[in-house]
Amino acid sequence: MTKCYLSYHNITSSLGFDTHNVFNQLKNKKSGIQLVEDSTRFYKPFYGAVIPTETLEAKFRILESKNEFTRLEKMLMLSLSKTIKASGIDINTRVGLIISTTKGNIDVLEDQNHFPKERAYLGQLGQIIKDYFRFKNDALVISNACVSGILSVAIAKRYLQEGIYDHIFIIAGDLISDFVLSGFNSFHAMSDAPCQPYDQDRTGINLGEAAVSVLVTSDKNHLSDDAVEILGEGSCNDANHISGPSRTGEGLFRSIKSAFKEAHITPNEIDYLSAHGTATLFNDEMEAIAFDRLGLNQTPLNSLKGYFGHTLGASGLLETVIGMQSLHQNTLIASAGFKTLGVSKPLQIITETTPQKLQTFLKTASGFGGCNTAVLFRKVS
Amino acid sequence: MDKTYHISSYCQIKNSSISLDGKLLFSSPIQEFQPFIKSAAQHLNTNYSKFYKMDNLSKLAFLAADILLKNAELDSNTEHNIAIVLSNKASSLDTDRTYQTSISDPDNFFPSPSVFVYTLPNICIGEISIKHQLHSENCFFIFDSFNADHLWINAQSLLRQQKAEKVLCGWVDFDDKNYEAFLYLVEENGIIAHNPNEIKRLFKTWQT
Repeated sequence: MTKCYLSYHNITSSLGFDTHNVFNQLKNKKSGIQLVEDSTRFYKPFYGAVIPTETLEAKFRILESKNEFTRLEKMLMLSLSKTIKASGIDINTRVGLIISTTKGNIDVLEDQNHFPKERAYLGQLGQIIKDYFRFKNDALVISNACVSGILSVAIAKRYLQEGIYDHIFIIAGDLISDFVLSGFNSFHAMSDAPCQPYDQDRTGINLGEAAVSVLVTSDKNHLSDDAVEILGEGSCNDANHISGPSRTGEGLFRSIKSAFKEAHITPNEIDYLSAHGTATLFNDEMEAIAFDRLGLNQTPLNSLKGYFGHTLGASGLLETVIGMQSLHQNTLIASAGFKTLGVSKPLQIITETTPQKLQTFLKTASGFGGCNTAVLFRKVS
Repeated sequence: MDKTYHISSYCQIKNSSISLDGKLLFSSPIQEFQPFIKSAAQHLNTNYSKFYKMDNLSKLAFLAADILLKNAELDSNTEHNIAIVLSNKASSLDTDRTYQTSISDPDNFFPSPSVFVYTLPNICIGEISIKHQLHSENCFFIFDSFNADHLWINAQSLLRQQKAEKVLCGWVDFDDKNYEAFLYLVEENGIIAHNPNEIKRLFKTWQT
């Protein structure tokens, strides 16, 4: 079976515009979450992790002088341009493009937005990215709720293993929009303070925005220093509820089992678990139950939502790229916002950022529609 | 030697008509989607109260899937590893527009969680999975138009990697007043070869 690797990458986020700087911010315990008092974004102040508009615009102008792109397109293009450049890969017919997003340019539906409403079609977003970077193949757009970012990695691996492409660039991104803010607010899922995944006092999520890009390749000649091999993956449904997680964590349990089966490894070989940890009561409890059923109680675990907020369709890929850095720098990052365990099963939450030899990590995510994804990675020796 | 896979059945819903394996199953003079799909669900004995709470996209996907999976006569005492790979052009835009209207006027600001939850295209996969208790692989793709090649690649990968025994694949699009569903089941058994040309041929059989 063809081996597949995650290689060059970029994170464009509230904590910076390249992965190296962003990871240093995490090591310095810096969070991107702040109180946002901007009535053009939402009618009331909210805690969230936003990309500073002036910085985004200034950086984008260096890349492209034409100003005909939406905020999300600018984020995606800025991120992807850096990853393509770093990889040195020639965009030919053997190179694929995957776009991961939950809501894309949803802000164009707002009355005051001057872009045409048709820009909300995700296929248009795909076409714009394809044309700008002159990809020879059409973009494959994945929109599968909050697992989209990590599911894209699993799908990219399948395309490489089926021999469809030699390299695939994934670009994942979502905005903080009035649309998603009001929606999560209507669910009473928003925290009125910085979020606290797995903590007994957790009250809900903070939203965040980010664009993250990565090269997925089967060619060992195109690996970055921090590249990881994709060992196995699974994406199983809860078959339980469209907006609430399963009480038994069934879909997540099966997703992880499926990834383990493919990778031929056991839970005790996992050095680090990068979990979803949205800080809602039900999500974190569901994960604890699934991890407990799998014997992952002793595996060091964090949620990165306390740094970036929940970046929706970008989150899975964002947290995967951070996981690559953890492995490369042999550093476990503290789970921001956590003090006292507030789930019914024991978990080994990382409370202090610590140096530790790391080889293998598991990334998981769960989302509306009962979807779950788990992917296993190992350092390239 | 590699196993070969087949399309065991396919279902289409468009223009107020429903067909199974190319044969007309139900048709109605009602043009408007909501009364049409309601009468279709009643006529086909769908018997699922949650159906009436779904948004348009989920109703469309659910009914096509329900027809195929009931027709497959699966043994209800055993688990079935049937993956779901769906695609469309308009994502959940039909419900997105409804939701946006509910938040666009500050004096008339009524965001509803029961509408918001349907502003993701993969919710319809969740609805199908709940009804048929499928704890299986699932993914939703967005294409500018029906794309047999990508559906084929994904189904082949899932079956060959033994991540699924069968794959429920297809196109389910709802945009403004226009709707179309074309779902098919891929497995070892069947007469129609599973390849992009056959998928395209079946998709076109009902194109007018």
